[in-house]
Amino acid sequence: MSQHSIAPALRERSAEAPAAVFLSDGADSCFHCGLPVPSGSRLGVMSGGTWQAVCCSGCESVASSILGQGLGDYYRLRSAEALGRRPESYALDFSVFDDPEAQKSFVHATPNGFEALLLLEGIRCSACVWLIERTLAAIPGVVAVEVSYATQRARLEWDPKKLRFSRLLQAVRTVGYRAHPYEPNRLELLQKEERRSALWRLFVAAFSMMQVTMYAIPAYLAEPGEMSADIGQLFRWASLALTVPVMFYAAAPFFRGALRDLRLARLGMDVPVALGLAIAFVGSCTATITASGEVYFDSISMFVFLLLLGRYLELLARSRAASTLRHLGALVPEVAQRLLDYPETLRTEQVPAASLHPGDLILVKPGEKIPADGIVQQGESQASEALLTGESAPIPKRAGSSLLGGSLNLINTLIVRIERIGADTVLSSIVRLVERSVMEKHRLVESSERAAGWFIAVVLLLALLAGTYWTAIDPDKALWVVVSLLVATCPCAFSLATPVALTVATGELARCGFIVTRSHVVEGLARTTDAVFDKTGTLTRGELRLTSLSVFGPLTREDCLRLAAALEAGSEHPIAKALAAAAADEDAGVPVATSIRNEPGGGIEAHVGGRRYRIGTARFVRAKAAKIAGEKACARAYLACDEGVLAAFEFGDELRPGAAAVVRDLRALGLRVHLLSGDAIGPTESAAEQAGIDRIVPEAPPADKHEYVRELQRRGAIVAVIGDGLNDAPVLAQADVSIAMGHGSRLNQISADAVLLSNRLDDLARAFRLARKTVAIVRENIVWAFAYNVVVLPLAFSGMLQPWAAAIGMSGSSLMVVGNALRLLGDGRRHDANAFVPVKNRALARSPTLGS
Amino acid sequence: MEILFLLIPLSVVLVLLIGAVFWYALESGQFDDLDRPALEVLADDDSPHDPRNPRP
Repeated sequence: MSQHSIAPALRERSAEAPAAVFLSDGADSCFHCGLPVPSGSRLGVMSGGTWQAVCCSGCESVASSILGQGLGDYYRLRSAEALGRRPESYALDFSVFDDPEAQKSFVHATPNGFEALLLLEGIRCSACVWLIERTLAAIPGVVAVEVSYATQRARLEWDPKKLRFSRLLQAVRTVGYRAHPYEPNRLELLQKEERRSALWRLFVAAFSMMQVTMYAIPAYLAEPGEMSADIGQLFRWASLALTVPVMFYAAAPFFRGALRDLRLARLGMDVPVALGLAIAFVGSCTATITASGEVYFDSISMFVFLLLLGRYLELLARSRAASTLRHLGALVPEVAQRLLDYPETLRTEQVPAASLHPGDLILVKPGEKIPADGIVQQGESQASEALLTGESAPIPKRAGSSLLGGSLNLINTLIVRIERIGADTVLSSIVRLVERSVMEKHRLVESSERAAGWFIAVVLLLALLAGTYWTAIDPDKALWVVVSLLVATCPCAFSLATPVALTVATGELARCGFIVTRSHVVEGLARTTDAVFDKTGTLTRGELRLTSLSVFGPLTREDCLRLAAALEAGSEHPIAKALAAAAADEDAGVPVATSIRNEPGGGIEAHVGGRRYRIGTARFVRAKAAKIAGEKACARAYLACDEGVLAAFEFGDELRPGAAAVVRDLRALGLRVHLLSGDAIGPTESAAEQAGIDRIVPEAPPADKHEYVRELQRRGAIVAVIGDGLNDAPVLAQADVSIAMGHGSRLNQISADAVLLSNRLDDLARAFRLARKTVAIVRENIVWAFAYNVVVLPLAFSGMLQPWAAAIGMSGSSLMVVGNALRLLGDGRRHDANAFVPVKNRALARSPTLGS
Repeated sequence: MEILFLLIPLSVVLVLLIGAVFWYALESGQFDDLDRPALEVLADDDSPHDPRNPRP
């Protein structure tokens, strides 16, 4: 594979280093990415006076850039999640983005210059954000840089006279990340605005509540006659002044909601709230002006504050989860190499991928992604469609084979004729299908809202009754009785019952690696009756691992493994990764292979330590008699030297750790577990057997999987589907609750209801248990709110409830509800050493494998 | 107790002032990213002019 270094000058510098001192012995981990360093490698960087080995020239250039800018703190600050990722080593030309035409869509003019938003790829921890910010800030001509870890976006402002935009993209690349220009859609902007105004409203209500309560306390504490009338009036007028913003600004959503509900002839929570607020305010104003009766300004403010608090928590939980995943990293590359006069020459020009047309011919090098659907014109290689399908085995491609936009070209350069672009590609059509299903979702209605509707009707009726009753008996008291009735029996506790519990639950779930993006997930998980698993990538790891190694020749197992890993060292093939992982597991130092020759569909031939070896298919290796049994292997490779076959490797897709346990746990919770797979019967059955699932459907295309879930739902089941690849998208869309694996296709993560970021199946079981506990707590909260209201109603009706008592009762009941929800805290914590610690703390931990 | 006739209106004015300050803080994006400032403390940063997060 061609290794095109970004910074050739640095390569020369390291070659000057005395070989005797700076040679790796094969037991090192790369300073930058943490992967094993091939023994005999001379690559390295100087960090803090010590020489640190790196594994490839890509890591070397990135590490040199980082250290050269004085940002070595990055290695000290970053978390363990940032490891294991090799930066791309091939060069990219960003000059297409300097074109004013191209810039029109994402660049805005500001008083200081130009402004653009970038989407960042590859951020694993807060230190990555720090690194990118410092790198960009150091470029002369940059006016402002703001990077957000939560949304993985950057806002850049620069002076176009001093700086070209492509330089900024290049700068991000040199420290090992990718940046894409980005235009936020209207929905996001709207939600951001919504969040901001909700926070502001909450603050207004909170502040007013604190002040007005302070003004109201003297009136409560004073003996009759102790406080002079004009001081009393002073306090009342001050309270009124500070309650006006609450009524007309902070509480505005309630009035709007009540009007909307009444227009639709529906009794929502907003109706009694609006009614209570209106009556209380008008009554209190009247009392202030006429200097008689009671005022309720403090109750009004507290009331509004508590209600807004519930709503804000709900909003936060929903938007925080969604923004983390709405990160649409490019599945398709932005640039493509278009061939100018093929077949005469292989000259290419770099063009934006968006400007390709059907019939264009492009050149795709190994390691690059295919920009659009097409057909191979010339060349023989293998492509990985894992990003789209989640399947790990690479697919051979030769002239005439079709290619999917978004897949990765693995071994050799291909010349591709574009067939379909943009909205016509397979990828786009699946995206549209999923989007449509998503909008038609939400079959689960929140049950607490339904219960509250009835209660509200009862309260309103009683308020009316109280009003008429007291008007007949003692008209002065009538207004206050009605107000205290509406206030004390406030829907506060009710309206907080669900959001608070959901917020806490969502946070706890996030702490165990389970990110919830839609509000119905927690309740859905609790009510699920059937769990449907995809096989490849979900129950299994989705990547090949070495399952058996048989030795036929004179060499030991370890030697064969080392040779095989050496031969496959530069390859992107899943078998290469499996061998590298196996070698790393056994701590086997991998020698360096030279004169590597790659034959697509056959294998790799190279020289190691002076001898020639081959690894690949039986035919390629010219193996004659060696035969190993076993149909369960996904892939097989043979290692041979000139004398004969040395070893045979078998690779399989292992079941994830905890697969059997999660099936057992789900069964214990009363769920039925199913396994659907597009894979052949053999591997599917063996996986099901190991996991303990007895309802399986092998060899199922996406349409069959979709139908299976529909059938279950027709029989009344609530179905949760767990999957990862793009061909699971229709099934996930049909499910009542869809869960995408964290490593799975980006599209699934974006459109699924929840994402299992940690990829650990035991977290899944924990999520189900937590969901059930949450629903139980919500039910308790509702029961409590109901009981409280039932007790308070008669008191208020009989006129025995003082305004301060009403306010205390209201806030007390709300606090009870919140406290009950807090019982969910701590359930997300794992009791093992590999706890998914929140990133804030991780960034402070030193990685044990790296020096600094 | 006559001093209250000064103090109470003063407190109302103060509340409005504080409200304005919070509004300013909210608008200038102080509450947008609550994670990064925690890390900033750890970094060695000597440069006086910082293009990061300029305030209007």
